[in-house]
Amino acid sequence: MFSRRRLLQGVAGGISAAAMLQPTLSLARLEGERRLAIIILRGGLDGLAALPPHGDPRYRRARGELALDAPGREGGILDLDGFFGLHPNLAPLHSLYRQRELLAIHATAMPYRARSHFDAQDVLENGTNRPGGARDGWLNRALGTLERGNGTGLALGRSVPLILRGRARVASWSPNVLPMPEPTLMAQIEERWRHDPLLGPNLREGLRMRALDQKEMAGGRGLRGLYGPRGFATFAEKAGQMLSEDEGPRVAVMEMGGWDTHANQGREAGRLAKQFTALSDGVSKLNAALGPAWRNTVIIVVSEFGRTISGNGTGGTDHGVAGAAFLFGGAVDGGRVLADWPGLKRRQLYEGRDLRPTLDTRAIFKAVLRDHLGVDVAALEKPVFPESAAVEPLGGLIKV
Amino acid sequence: MTGSHDAFVAANRFGLGPQAGELAHVSADPRAWLESQLDHSAALPKALKGLPSSSSQVAKFQRARRQKKDLKAMIRAEFIKTYMTEAGQRSLAAIHTTTPFVERLVAFWSNHFTVSVRRPILFGIVGAFEREAIRPHLTGQFSDMLLAAAQHPAMLLYLDNAQSLGPKSRAGRRSNRGLNENLARELLELHTLGVDGGYTQADVRNLAMMITGWGLARPGKDANPGSFLFRKSTHEPGDKTLLGRRYSEAGLAEGEAALRDLARHPATSRHLALKLGRHFIADDPPASAVAHLARVFRESEGNLAVVTRALIQLSEPWEQPLPKLKTPQDLVVSTLRATGFAGNTKRLVKALRLLGQPPWAAPSPAGWPDQAEYWSGPDALLKRIEFATLVADRVGDRLDPRGLSAATIGPVADLDTLRAIERAPSRADGLTLLLTSPEFQRR
Repeated sequence: MFSRRRLLQGVAGGISAAAMLQPTLSLARLEGERRLAIIILRGGLDGLAALPPHGDPRYRRARGELALDAPGREGGILDLDGFFGLHPNLAPLHSLYRQRELLAIHATAMPYRARSHFDAQDVLENGTNRPGGARDGWLNRALGTLERGNGTGLALGRSVPLILRGRARVASWSPNVLPMPEPTLMAQIEERWRHDPLLGPNLREGLRMRALDQKEMAGGRGLRGLYGPRGFATFAEKAGQMLSEDEGPRVAVMEMGGWDTHANQGREAGRLAKQFTALSDGVSKLNAALGPAWRNTVIIVVSEFGRTISGNGTGGTDHGVAGAAFLFGGAVDGGRVLADWPGLKRRQLYEGRDLRPTLDTRAIFKAVLRDHLGVDVAALEKPVFPESAAVEPLGGLIKV
Repeated sequence: MTGSHDAFVAANRFGLGPQAGELAHVSADPRAWLESQLDHSAALPKALKGLPSSSSQVAKFQRARRQKKDLKAMIRAEFIKTYMTEAGQRSLAAIHTTTPFVERLVAFWSNHFTVSVRRPILFGIVGAFEREAIRPHLTGQFSDMLLAAAQHPAMLLYLDNAQSLGPKSRAGRRSNRGLNENLARELLELHTLGVDGGYTQADVRNLAMMITGWGLARPGKDANPGSFLFRKSTHEPGDKTLLGRRYSEAGLAEGEAALRDLARHPATSRHLALKLGRHFIADDPPASAVAHLARVFRESEGNLAVVTRALIQLSEPWEQPLPKLKTPQDLVVSTLRATGFAGNTKRLVKALRLLGQPPWAAPSPAGWPDQAEYWSGPDALLKRIEFATLVADRVGDRLDPRGLSAATIGPVADLDTLRAIERAPSRADGLTLLLTSPEFQRR
């Protein structure tokens, strides 16, 4: 175990070193070689499943049937630092940790405490303190402050997400097929049509036919899955390729759905485990595609909120507050878990049910913008994260 | 309050799906809201102003043909462009209108008198057809609309009457071409009596004879080139009989008298009442409602304002909230009215094509089918979901699906639908669930 003080000291030590060595000339320029990718996990990542605190004596009791087996056992947690570990299906992240290129972050949240997906994602992307606080995204505003920021942003997916929308010009890429809802959403649509005597049976037939069609077309891998979890690798690989190009984009945003695991999320196997496999697959493809650009890259994996500590009555977890995030890449000073662990005792939980936030996620974002992309310190609050003066960027996250 | 059940029916079955605030506004008096729109049926929507007339387009085509210009290139460059503009502007008019019932009536009657872009020249004038032959008569006499449609250059070209020659006419005797029955048959079968309306093959032929000479003025030879012209030299001379009634030779007036009689025929009133009932009540409308409409049609001698008001005042349309599946046209327009997102007109037309209902391109002169079976094929349903996903991708995170649900399907929504939307993991997913819900796909 480590104390809160020790953690904060370590971080503070990093700040001064980074700040001193930061070449002043580069402050208002997007360094030509620096790359940033952000992967937004939509639906609410279960932080305790991704980054289980297996060393917390309350872990097993708090998680109940969702608790993963201890490190060293078959299908058990992949240990990081003796206290935290990774879900067994996040092996590529585990390797990055051992290469000191991954920072795991826990008990973090944006300044939003209610539990609506819509509003939480809005805050995560608009960069203000509240839903509807801005109509453009903080990453776009950040690019707008950089000399070479215009035209360097890229959205991969069906649309440009709010985080990248705004005045600075951004590009977007999506494969040339019509979008189908990802499988979870499709299942909900089917459910809504089930009672319609005309639409219900015809929809089922349509899906059956198309599945057959696409199996043939795509050599066994259905196109329908493109926007589902397994399709994520397609976007991740493309992002890596485009970011690696000399004249390519420098900042990419990807999205991955399917994290809203209200039911039967499973443990080392099951629905959530499959999500982790798909995420790992995408991360591996992204890293490989980056090639030599890897060493100048920072990748952020973040979700709109965490989930309840305990399972609900249907083998899943409900919307929570604080959760886990990851920062990795060749430019990340990793091999550490960044967490001021709030604990799992009932009185330590937020409103008695959720992990208490101890780190404002904007402290991470600000650090990456300042120390990696060279955004001016003054710009971090205005225009990027308004009314965030109290949230200091964490130092020492980026290699110098 | 976001709106009542009756407001939902008025805004969706009679209208084109609610815009922001419409449902609440309509709730005060849904029937009065519909009736008041009929007073504005003659006004041309702003989006449709300044578009080319059919006569100018036809004349342009005729001149090019005479000068042996490279017609194909001209048509591709110009008429397809006109079609895209017309189709896009027509959709925009529907998306932005505050008199959606009027626009629905336009679409209904335009589909009744279908002109489909079957040949190149029609691309350039099909939009004008709707403006010139349909819109002016929405609340007028059915017989006037019938005549305007039958004599419009687009219809004369689409159903080949412009080439029809009376065999014994001056021109017919010198030519090896002859009579074309196409328009006459559809006038009887589709536009007036209906297929079971009691006419015979002899009636088809006789009506075709009566409307010989209905053609187009030519540039350099006739006044008003590109417009309707009665040409005596191709008109079949002599008296004719239609449905047992004798019409003495009267040139142009002969066919016009025949059409006015057809418009008054009881079979026509039954045929139109059934089509109106099918569009505004249910795929299989109750016989009582159809009989009532037919009676009103007959008693008012085809006064469409009276018939339309009777339709609103029927009880049957208001009994069920969701009997009809939206056509792709309905779906696209209502989706964009609900989301306030129009995109560009090219994309609009593309979406309609993708969903299987490109503007003015019905598969036959019978028009687009008005029954759910036609529109609910398995692949067609997937395309609807894809369309909703596309829209949600574009505007999903700018809209609040909860508020939008209340403002669109609120009065009739299943609680489970609302709950699913409420709990969706993102705004875009919530919007997809709303736009694909049976409550939104039906009207």
